[in-house]
Amino acid sequence: MSQRPQFVYLYDGTFAGFLTCVFESFARDEEPACFSLFDDPRTSLWPERAVETEREKAERVYRSLRCRVSPEVQRWVRHGFLTCVPEKERRLYDFIRLAYRAGPPVVRDLTDPRVAPLHTALLHLWKEAHLFQGFVRFSDQGGVLCGQITPKNRVLPLLRPHFCARFSGERLLLYDRTHREALLYQPRQWAILPMEEFHLEGPDAQEAGYRQLWRRFYDTIAIRERENPRCRMTHMPKRFWGDMTEFQHEEATWGSGLSPR
Amino acid sequence: MELLEKLTILAGAAKYDAACTSSGVDRTGRRGLGSALPAGCCHSFSADGRCISLLKVLMTNRCRYDCAYCVNRRSNDVPRATFTPRELCELTLGFYRRNYIEGLFLSSAVLRDPDYTTERMIAVLSLLRESYGFGGYIHAKAIPGADPLLTHRLGLLCDRLSVNIELPSQRSLSLLAPDKTKEAILAPMEQIRDGIAISKQELVQYRHAPKFAPAGQSTQMIVGATPESDLQILRLSQGLYRRYRLKRVFYSAYMPVSDSKLLPARQSFRPPLLREHRLYQADWLLRFYHFDAEELLDEGHPHFDPRLDPKCCWALRHPEYFPVEVNRADYEALLRVPGMGVISARRILAARRAGPLTFEGLKTLGVVLKRAQYFLTCSGRGAPGTARLRPEDLFFRLADPVPGGAKVLPGQLSLFPPAI
Repeated sequence: MSQRPQFVYLYDGTFAGFLTCVFESFARDEEPACFSLFDDPRTSLWPERAVETEREKAERVYRSLRCRVSPEVQRWVRHGFLTCVPEKERRLYDFIRLAYRAGPPVVRDLTDPRVAPLHTALLHLWKEAHLFQGFVRFSDQGGVLCGQITPKNRVLPLLRPHFCARFSGERLLLYDRTHREALLYQPRQWAILPMEEFHLEGPDAQEAGYRQLWRRFYDTIAIRERENPRCRMTHMPKRFWGDMTEFQHEEATWGSGLSPR
Repeated sequence: MELLEKLTILAGAAKYDAACTSSGVDRTGRRGLGSALPAGCCHSFSADGRCISLLKVLMTNRCRYDCAYCVNRRSNDVPRATFTPRELCELTLGFYRRNYIEGLFLSSAVLRDPDYTTERMIAVLSLLRESYGFGGYIHAKAIPGADPLLTHRLGLLCDRLSVNIELPSQRSLSLLAPDKTKEAILAPMEQIRDGIAISKQELVQYRHAPKFAPAGQSTQMIVGATPESDLQILRLSQGLYRRYRLKRVFYSAYMPVSDSKLLPARQSFRPPLLREHRLYQADWLLRFYHFDAEELLDEGHPHFDPRLDPKCCWALRHPEYFPVEVNRADYEALLRVPGMGVISARRILAARRAGPLTFEGLKTLGVVLKRAQYFLTCSGRGAPGTARLRPEDLFFRLADPVPGGAKVLPGQLSLFPPAI
């Protein structure tokens, strides 16, 4: 066990805020017992330390991860913050401490209890992002492509390069219902912004036509003699179905923009 | 005819084509619409569990040929339709913009003659690529018997080309597809292989040289309609991979679509799905696990065991290779362990540089030990509880129950001598 004094670190929930916490803990030679947000109503037995986000300190930590350890470790930390693993800050903090000590090979030490859970969480994130590259469905709403997803991890930053490159000439909006944020893109400009609420409008005639064509294609392409619902659910778990056109019926999508019955 | 109806007919006619992959090219979408990912991307999965990645349609299902195994044969009484190039392009773009698909899979029945059909396919693809600036994935079927120059032009417009070999032997082909010959199928395959090699060389010299089928070529064959053994099929695939540098060979279990006397009777015929699955498993062993067809099957065992996957069967026949020491074995040896895949083997190679691995550590890595535990040692020690197993016991521990059949218990006593 470390002999450093333990504190609860309070921060604003941003990546820069977390990196500032890392900076402060190293500077003061303290150990964060856990991390929580400013407005978290829970109290704990450890003394609290509120950390104001300072961009300069955060950038210094971020740069040093790349220079002092390796670009791969920097990527793990950046992506690790997007995962949905419980106590992700604490796990990331342990990983960062280990990384500064062990150096670049730390990402290969996959049986270490500080590395393995983070690796598992990252794999979950990467896999989910990959699946969403295919499972996102857009609707054309007055020339803007709109879609919404319900992911477990914060996948928007990982989806951003893919969709912005693929639809480089279009305008698009992708709403993440779980984390209440949206990816907005128009040619040569993108942003990921918090957004409280978003509803799809009902389809116009052309949009409804394409949806009908797609549903028909989806139903036609299956070979009845080979039906295999287990296999389909393995590859495409049911939690994705709600936002996908092929499982929606027109009445349900009208107006509400919510998942089908 | 309305577009919806056409789509129904022409997608229904294309559904028996197995290939729906979108891998092999890396193209960022700088200009225009569309990009392609090297790993491919599945956009949906249909009710039969197969991936939907491309808009898989025929350009037309009006066919001149009369192949007995095919739904679109001339003598079959089904509704016929043809897409116009513009219709098909707009459908593709409409789907693509909504992220329904990764691109277009364009096949066709032979309308009038192979040359004319290929010309019409070229018309569709050039409209899509040049006028609409589409940068997504395109998989096109080369029509055997078409002029090589036309096939070449088709290859310049698409990412992957494929020629269906249809059936695993010349005999079956002449019996069931009298209009097709082995030579006519292999000739475009050879041409595509050489075209790809030349194009790759040119690309090294000139960065903007035209790309000919950059995602390679694939083929497909029907399994279970004709009497070939698994060994023959696997040898054929191996030959295709080695000689024609194919990216993929697809196997499709025969679906009874015809009452021809040359084919299995439609009544009570069940598509050989398990056999297809075993062939795919073996196919992966050929491509990623450094196996030879002759290692997996031989004249004594020309068919795969339905109860056990090909790699397990091989491992049980070759006890001299095992156990494999996790902390010392090389990549090839690890890949030969049943239950061990490319990802597990790579992770082991990475993780053991940090320190010796134990069975507990393997679990942390995510290596599935269900089958592998019987074939591994960690620092000289086997997995707990596996020390005194005889090979016969191992078979019953590893085997899957046959669907529809009872699992045979090892050493079960019988009151009566077995009837001979």
